[in-house]
Amino acid sequence: MTRRAFPGIAAALFWLAVWQVVSMLVDQVLLVPAPLVVLATLFDLVKTPTFWAVTGSSLLRMGIGFVAGVVAGCAAAVLTTRFRTADALLSPALRVVRAAPVASFIIVALVWIPTGRLPAFIAFLMVVPVVWDNMAAGLQRQDAALLEMASVFRLGWWQTMVRIRIPSLLPFFTTACTTGMGLAWKSGVAAEVISRPELSIGGQLQDAKVYLATPEVFAWTITAVALSIALERVLRLATSRVNLRVAGAGAAPSVSRERGSVADAGV
Amino acid sequence: MPAFERVGFAYDPARPVVQDFTLALPPRGVVSLVGPSGCGKTTLLRLLAGLESPQSGTVSGVEGLRVAMVFQEDRLLPWETAWENAVTAPLDGARPAAEWLGALGLGDSLNQRPGALSGGMKRRVAIARALAAPHDLLLLDEPFAGLDEPTWRDAAARIATANADGLTVLVTHVLDHAAAMGATVIRLEGTPLRLR
Repeated sequence: MTRRAFPGIAAALFWLAVWQVVSMLVDQVLLVPAPLVVLATLFDLVKTPTFWAVTGSSLLRMGIGFVAGVVAGCAAAVLTTRFRTADALLSPALRVVRAAPVASFIIVALVWIPTGRLPAFIAFLMVVPVVWDNMAAGLQRQDAALLEMASVFRLGWWQTMVRIRIPSLLPFFTTACTTGMGLAWKSGVAAEVISRPELSIGGQLQDAKVYLATPEVFAWTITAVALSIALERVLRLATSRVNLRVAGAGAAPSVSRERGSVADAGV
Repeated sequence: MPAFERVGFAYDPARPVVQDFTLALPPRGVVSLVGPSGCGKTTLLRLLAGLESPQSGTVSGVEGLRVAMVFQEDRLLPWETAWENAVTAPLDGARPAAEWLGALGLGDSLNQRPGALSGGMKRRVAIARALAAPHDLLLLDEPFAGLDEPTWRDAAARIATANADGLTVLVTHVLDHAAAMGATVIRLEGTPLRLR
């Protein structure tokens, strides 16, 4: 156990103890099942093929919605920062989407969209304004001095993009993706609860609630939370790798420390 | 040869920086524009670099010239190493960049990012970037600010010989900098800018 991990583990143990005490005080498994009961239920679930099919399907739905949302959010950011007409048309709509309660969208979209596709659509809808907002801020804050330098040194469109614009945007993109991923997952599961598509975490949650299987509700909730944290970590790792790849062209050649070698070589 | 002909320019229309300004520069050699801070020397460089367009008059003789510039600020990419920063011509600029960095005493810091470099080292990376870039017109805006005397004298001597076939325009308010580069000094003053 590392020193850095200790506070986190201690906090987790504290809250598990609180949960245990509350479950003992309530003494009703239907209301607050004990942590060990939930853990046993989770182990039972994990052993079934259905668990993996359910989590896989939910991940796929939210993944599709998230990726589509990131692409659309980036496109919207480019359009609204470059064209006034696009800004006038798109920005108010995106602000409305950002402010409206997710439940309203789920209920309205239920009328238009097949049940199986609704969670992906809702995830998409929640991701677009977050990505748009962050990427538009990133595009507006591009360093004009560095862009001038690129213009003087004739770096060209591709070099300017790869060496200046993209690295400048990466922190904004990382924030957009990590925030968007959390939102996509939460709103997607909420959409699954309401629309109940086949093989979905939300559907399983709703079924467990209907059958008063509270330990299962807890177990599926823990699964959703664990997947959300894991996805965020994977995303952070991926974006930091991209950051390194974009930034580093490789090691420099070795040069003589002898001053004057360049002038002597006629460079 | 580069020339300003009755050039007018203002960032704020109420306060022109350059007005009816005429100056012809030689086709090669080192010219130093010397004048007090804020008199508009940097604006002249920006007009030569094509970063600003004259609001009246013309800037001629710079069309088709390959420009390299040391800006007043270092303008280094914080996510790139010293060497990567100095490479502006991706195909054949890698070696000259490393060699110029080595010549300016940064051979051991090629793989350091600007955040790990001192102010003087960053300045030298900016100088190496300009020298390594293919150029006919070299524009230097207070290039030796923050460098100790032996270092700037060494850099000045190297720059003066590096661009022997082209024109180097040095903007400074330190006459010693101009003298170290063997520059023809043009004294400027006032707002709007005028020859002294």
